[in-house]
Amino acid sequence: MLSFISKRLLVALLVCLTVSALSFGLMFVSGDPAIAIAGAGGRAEDAEAIRVAYGFDRPLIVQYLDWIGNALTGNLGQSIYFNVPVTEIIGNRVGVTLTLGFISFLVALVIAVPLGVAAALRPNGWLDRFALVIAVSGQAIPSFWLGLMAIVVFGVWYGWVPISGADTWQGYILPVIVLSYYAIPELMRITRSGMIDVLATDYVRAARAKGLPMHLVISRHALRNAVLPLVSLAAVQLGQLLSGSIVIESVFALNGLGRLAWESLLRSDLPVVQAIILVLSLLYVVLTTLADILNAVLDPRLRGNS
Amino acid sequence: MTEMMLDIRNLKVSIPTDRGMLNAVRGVDLQIAKGETLCLVGESGCGKSLTATSIMGLLPRYAKVTSDRFEMAGQDLGTKTDAKLAKLRGRDVAMIFQDPTSALNPTLTIGRQLTEGVMRHEKLSRSEADARAIEMLDRVGIANPAARLTQYPHGFSGGQRQRIMIASALMGRPGLLIADEPTTALDVTIQAQILTLLGELQADLGLSLLLITHDLGVVAAIADTVAVMYAGRIAERASAVELFAAPRHPYTKGLLAAIPVPGVTRRGSELPAIPGRVPGLIGTMQGCAFRDRCSIAGPECVHDPVPLVSIGKGHSVECVKAAEVPA
Repeated sequence: MLSFISKRLLVALLVCLTVSALSFGLMFVSGDPAIAIAGAGGRAEDAEAIRVAYGFDRPLIVQYLDWIGNALTGNLGQSIYFNVPVTEIIGNRVGVTLTLGFISFLVALVIAVPLGVAAALRPNGWLDRFALVIAVSGQAIPSFWLGLMAIVVFGVWYGWVPISGADTWQGYILPVIVLSYYAIPELMRITRSGMIDVLATDYVRAARAKGLPMHLVISRHALRNAVLPLVSLAAVQLGQLLSGSIVIESVFALNGLGRLAWESLLRSDLPVVQAIILVLSLLYVVLTTLADILNAVLDPRLRGNS
Repeated sequence: MTEMMLDIRNLKVSIPTDRGMLNAVRGVDLQIAKGETLCLVGESGCGKSLTATSIMGLLPRYAKVTSDRFEMAGQDLGTKTDAKLAKLRGRDVAMIFQDPTSALNPTLTIGRQLTEGVMRHEKLSRSEADARAIEMLDRVGIANPAARLTQYPHGFSGGQRQRIMIASALMGRPGLLIADEPTTALDVTIQAQILTLLGELQADLGLSLLLITHDLGVVAAIADTVAVMYAGRIAERASAVELFAAPRHPYTKGLLAAIPVPGVTRRGSELPAIPGRVPGLIGTMQGCAFRDRCSIAGPECVHDPVPLVSIGKGHSVECVKAAEVPA
């Protein structure tokens, strides 16, 4: 197990290095950053001055090592637009995104997994069909539209929840519903199909042949094997919920990372964009690594020679 | 009268399909005495596995199972078979499967899988259950059993896994063990070991053994009694000795003729095969199911019911022309 974890961590480290190089490179694929900072009306001399001031005249590798060195010490540079440290800006916004993402993820799991299991127990039963309707509608309805409708109905017509912002916890209710509704279909369907596969295996039959009651057969024998693919998917889903909530944050006017990324792109605030990409990518690396380790805990075959 | 471990009359299993009801088991009578080894033989699709699975009550919900009588371990399970079977599973009757690799849960330790049944049924403590698991593993020939309880199935070979499955089935000290092609997935040398083990355990523990197989070599090695199944019914039933020496059903004769005999069957010569193929089992069937492939079939074979002809003690044939079959 220990060797599995250390191998997995080494891979994660290599991925982190690649990711950092890519997010650093983004700064330059979009054109000369100095000209971008100088703006449309900037003169060539301004751009040249900026180039020297920001160190863009140095060799790329030096700039990269400089940037990564700073990043490792927690310094992600200065925001060009606000002229304050990037970490400070991100720090102010990350809480909203994490709260929204994690709560939506938990809500989605709590609904999707039991529903997927129940659907698998009686394929084509009424519950399975109901779950299919949820899944199809969840995948078909764009979340921005659902978000707007929810605001109109529950915010404007009924006035049950605030229509925008997250100053109070009530502000999170609609975004969480919309975001988890977006995440539920995939989680539910992988639970359902995994469960159907596992329920047809001989070891589930063997468990029933031992005279175990159905709830134990499901919880101890079936679910544990059925969640293996779910774990990997859930890690990616959580990453998406944390990084992909740009639309939701915009619709509900929540000041999270997604919205910050969008605004910073519009302002050509490249250090902020760069940092957000780095943070979110690293988050993916951490999540998938954790998922792999969790899978190894659940499935001894993945641990290699034990 | 010997004591019966299992007595089933007129067992029927039907499975709904898009093309109609598939009547896979069409009225099977099965009796197994205490301590008897009965082999249920037949080709793929003849209903032998469904028969065994229905005895365990493990068929999927959509399968329709009926019987006129269903007695196991001295209990009349009557009509509410399923609920009562659930209570007998793992205690009075246990089952081992064809492929031991897929019959062991890959994510649970051997110890857990062996002990979970008896810890529930007999309210054994963990250490008591572990002690019994060690005893059973030792009995089925797993070396160093105590240390292996904490290991996972993937650390064992195929033959060892089948031994573990057998140990697991015996944990609840059942009277009846159902083995569904227990050697099919194993190497030939391992097959022999597992069969020997089953035979030993059967003798030592006084088990009744219902062994499903299509391998007549297995039958010869282990069976007291053989029931030959064809198209959902039992065509012939006899003691193993008598069945091999004097088969009476044309189908049984065909099966036995198809076994190559070293030294007798010439190399490269074609083995005799039964012409035609198994009839479809959807819908009802009139008369003898084998008549289209039978060399001695006549007009009387179309009539229902096909008579069950008794030939001596414990030997019965479902064939109207049984008397004409040259013994």
